[in-house]
Amino acid sequence: MSFITRQIFRSHGTSFCRLAFARMLSQEGTVNIDAMVKDAGKPIFVFMKGTPEAPRCGFSNAVCQILRFHGVDNFGTFDVLSDDDVRQGVKDHTNWPTIPQVFFNGEFIGGCDIMLDMHKNGELIDELQKLGIRSVLLDAEDGDKKS
Amino acid sequence: MALKFGRSVYQYARFAKVNSFAKSLPCSGASIHSTVMGDEKPVETAIRTKLTEALKPQHLDVINESYMHNVPKGTESHFKVVIVSTAFENVKRLQKHQLVHKALEEELESSIHALSIVAKTPKEWETSQDVGQSPPCRGGAGL
Repeated sequence: MSFITRQIFRSHGTSFCRLAFARMLSQEGTVNIDAMVKDAGKPIFVFMKGTPEAPRCGFSNAVCQILRFHGVDNFGTFDVLSDDDVRQGVKDHTNWPTIPQVFFNGEFIGGCDIMLDMHKNGELIDELQKLGIRSVLLDAEDGDKKS
Repeated sequence: MALKFGRSVYQYARFAKVNSFAKSLPCSGASIHSTVMGDEKPVETAIRTKLTEALKPQHLDVINESYMHNVPKGTESHFKVVIVSTAFENVKRLQKHQLVHKALEEELESSIHALSIVAKTPKEWETSQDVGQSPPCRGGAGL
């Protein structure tokens, strides 16, 4: 586990020990993606390139921006550039060849295209609600109606 | 419930403003990018052929967006595919994308670094031909 990885865990308030344990639990040569997502303890988890503060890919950045646009700042992330096993492991786990990959309540939702679709057609607001998160866009709409 | 897309998160110009740091990031990675000889576009051609065979699309755009990234001229690494097919009818959104992934399995393993997909049924395509716009590079093209 590199210094950078540890910093990422720390900066996101995720238990480094628990994630390390989740990796140990995994079978030889594989990574326990389910455990990583679950143990982060956040309803939304994103495997991305870079961090939300310093994304290293336009698609990863777009996913973070969409979430933030809905007022969601507190989501778990893992920088796949810091760990090749996780980078490949998440692709194998979801049968999805590209990064970013977004999980809601442990369930794989999709990548950037799908998040953008959900954002555009309003579905994301409903999906967030299912996670107990109220999109700030709803408040913005209410405000517009009143004025 | 409708969102106001006029001032949506996808105002990419805004992204660009906060993106100055990305320019300082290393972005080489020439090793994974295949270059083309002359006017040949082997990857683009393979994508077109395989998707046509696998999904019999009514409409297919294969757009090489590699120029938007810090890769050598002529590189075929970043693609966007707009595909309309009856094969997507009664198929869940994730699986629509996975049908495209499956058809392009070989290319995704070897040459394609990024693939953006707009997959619609003919009916959905009739309703909306919005294919969005890909986000700007954040410097990780070679990563």
